Amino acid sequence: MSVETELKKASLSPTYTEDPGKHPMDGFLRMDRMPHIWCSTCGIGVSVNCFAKALEKCQIPLDQVTVVSGIGCTGRVAGYVKVDSFHTTHGRAIPFATGLKLANPKLKVIVFSGDGDIVAIGGNHFINAARRNIDITVICINNFNYAMTGGQVAPTSPEGSVLSTSPYGNFETPFNLPFLAESVGAVYVARWTSLHIYNQTNSMVEAILKPGFSFIEIIAPCPTIFERQQKMGDGLDRLRWYCENSEIKHEAKTKDVAIGLQNKIIVGKFVDKTRPTYLESMNEHYKEKLGARYKPYEG
Amino acid sequence: MKADPTGVLTGSHYLDGDHACCEGALAAGCRFVAGYPITPSTEVVERFARRAPLVEGAIFIQMEDEIASSIALQGAVWAGKKAMTVTSGPGFSLMMEHIGLAAMTETPCVFVDVQRGGPSTGLPTLPGQADMMQARWGSHGDYEIIALSPNSPQECFNLTIDAFNLSEQYRVPVMFMMDECVGHMMERVVIPRADQIEITPRRYTKLPPGQYLPFKPGEDLVPEMFKAGDGYRLHVTGLTHDYRGYPVMEPNVQETLVHRLVDKIRVNAPKIWRYEETDVADADIVVVSYGITSRVAVEAIALARKQGIKVGMLRLIVVWPFPEDRIFELASQGKGFVVAEMNYGQMFYEVDRSARGRAPVVLAGHGGGTVHNIEDIAKKIVEANTCRSKRN
Amino acid sequence: MSVRYRENPFGLPKPASPQGTIVILEERCKGCSFCIEYCPHDVLAISKKFNSKGYHPPEILKVEMCVNCGFCRMICPEFAIYTYEAKTGEKP
Repeated sequence: MSVETELKKASLSPTYTEDPGKHPMDGFLRMDRMPHIWCSTCGIGVSVNCFAKALEKCQIPLDQVTVVSGIGCTGRVAGYVKVDSFHTTHGRAIPFATGLKLANPKLKVIVFSGDGDIVAIGGNHFINAARRNIDITVICINNFNYAMTGGQVAPTSPEGSVLSTSPYGNFETPFNLPFLAESVGAVYVARWTSLHIYNQTNSMVEAILKPGFSFIEIIAPCPTIFERQQKMGDGLDRLRWYCENSEIKHEAKTKDVAIGLQNKIIVGKFVDKTRPTYLESMNEHYKEKLGARYKPYEG
Repeated sequence: MKADPTGVLTGSHYLDGDHACCEGALAAGCRFVAGYPITPSTEVVERFARRAPLVEGAIFIQMEDEIASSIALQGAVWAGKKAMTVTSGPGFSLMMEHIGLAAMTETPCVFVDVQRGGPSTGLPTLPGQADMMQARWGSHGDYEIIALSPNSPQECFNLTIDAFNLSEQYRVPVMFMMDECVGHMMERVVIPRADQIEITPRRYTKLPPGQYLPFKPGEDLVPEMFKAGDGYRLHVTGLTHDYRGYPVMEPNVQETLVHRLVDKIRVNAPKIWRYEETDVADADIVVVSYGITSRVAVEAIALARKQGIKVGMLRLIVVWPFPEDRIFELASQGKGFVVAEMNYGQMFYEVDRSARGRAPVVLAGHGGGTVHNIEDIAKKIVEANTCRSKRN
Repeated sequence: MSVRYRENPFGLPKPASPQGTIVILEERCKGCSFCIEYCPHDVLAISKKFNSKGYHPPEILKVEMCVNCGFCRMICPEFAIYTYEAKTGEKP
């Protein structure tokens, strides 16, 4: 018997189904592109799973949802979700999302991108979109390095991390993403790890339904690169570590939630406030200045 | 179809090139401008910022840099609006990555470059024409774009409408190459009624979701377009992709896609070429120029004709794709060329290449900052004529 | 008070807990073991067999302990496992 038939025979069993396309979330995925490229025990797949559930809970028609992503491992999310999705250039997912949202305010625009993409090369766009309170949701999956290109140090890498461009350890101070997001005016800031799947999903529901610039940071394991280089095991070991070393503290002060290599990770919903969105401010302002001549902008 | 009257400021106005360009964009149906201030192009976005709240469906946003502007407008295009951004030399360099993205994802949009003295910060308030090659070759990889060059505020208005029409027709980013002189000179601009302006609408597909392939070309090598929110649920990426838009990392897909992106313009080039010829039929020397230099060249030609040389002018309106066939035709008739441009040789190389050695080509160029001296161009015409007589 | 009374003070029948059925799409599995680790009733375990990619998919040890909580479905990065209520087909 050939190797293939042996393997196929070995995997058949009366209680299991071998027919793909039956998972309840398959309608949400581009099944013709599965399996996805993320490594075994990577946290990005978990977040996409939570995102699918969140969209189901929000009950928004999928035709109105658009996902924009940048370049990198997390940037590949756009290619696997079955909505109008855009895989743009490195760091520029947020201005593309701004253009999409302002041109058609009825769309629900979600930016899915990695830590280096959003706060390194895309930092300027991140802070300005938050300042303007553009009505988009930014989901930043933070795996503390530039994974797609082989594991270079990133502005979010904890001090002491050994990565390919910091072979003697990282001596730079990393960003504290919730602190950054709050200081530039994001109206919803939350941080969860890949283990907190129900919290992640609920945060995503809240962020998508909330008008204004929402930011969710998800700490995810990167077993092939970050965990391997820091000798922290694989993704499963990392999830067990999150279980023991993360602490849910809603309403914690964001300036106190910085992450070190071996410190506690503080997760929770840190900021949830209300501010007029860009289009609301614009319409109100022009109505005041131009009076009857101005027709409110609806797209 | 005809222009939407809400954006058309019909009448006879006294405007500068920048303002006329803004009016042209509004007349063409542009309803989204993302800009960043840079001399000498700032007036375009200043006018749009003033006009947009009073034109229904128009919105202006000043982004945080040119890089953000050049991709925000692409987001707006995919959401269904016509969009444009405006910049000058240093900003144009920043936008190059996204011009490449627009070419790869076949996003119809317009990039206006009001050229100034360069390189680098250069002469912000003085003219130049040294971005012409950058418009064509600026981004990495193989792609083709269309570029236009107006030489008066009235042309700024007319050609902006043509730029939008060409971008929709060929699903390609169009570079609108003005210069600071044309941008800041004030002349009479006549804006006709909306029903007298022809607009090319976006070529949306009529196929239902499931049957439509976003990057499958039609007979003219251009695919039909869709927009986000219509239920198509498709993927658009800057990676090399197949007809479905899915990234595929294979050389044969690269060949199919990129070859078509290039052929889209090259094969359709004879329909896109546009130039204006004056007195070329009996001329011995043809002066090739564009933009503000063409207006100076007219005077130089008059001077040369007084000296007995038969000179004509070929003014490039569509600069890219370059009308190489016409130059070759004229070169084969034994004419000589003088390329008058405000740089140290950019379109000169195209003319030289197109002549294929059959005609002498002389450059009348200078570094920018001011328009040419008429005598300098005239001297070059004499030089070209001498070359030509020696050859013949 | 007898122990009997404290266990069941109102004499009502014990509520039935949900019974889940598990479906494992083995070819999609990349052997990450998240579902095995985080099943609250330890219903799953690593099997010894391979799928065609060379990974060990999970196997069901004690399906009667599955309460259709859906945690395995949500934590799986590969969309390779899901559950549904055995009697009604409802998904969590």
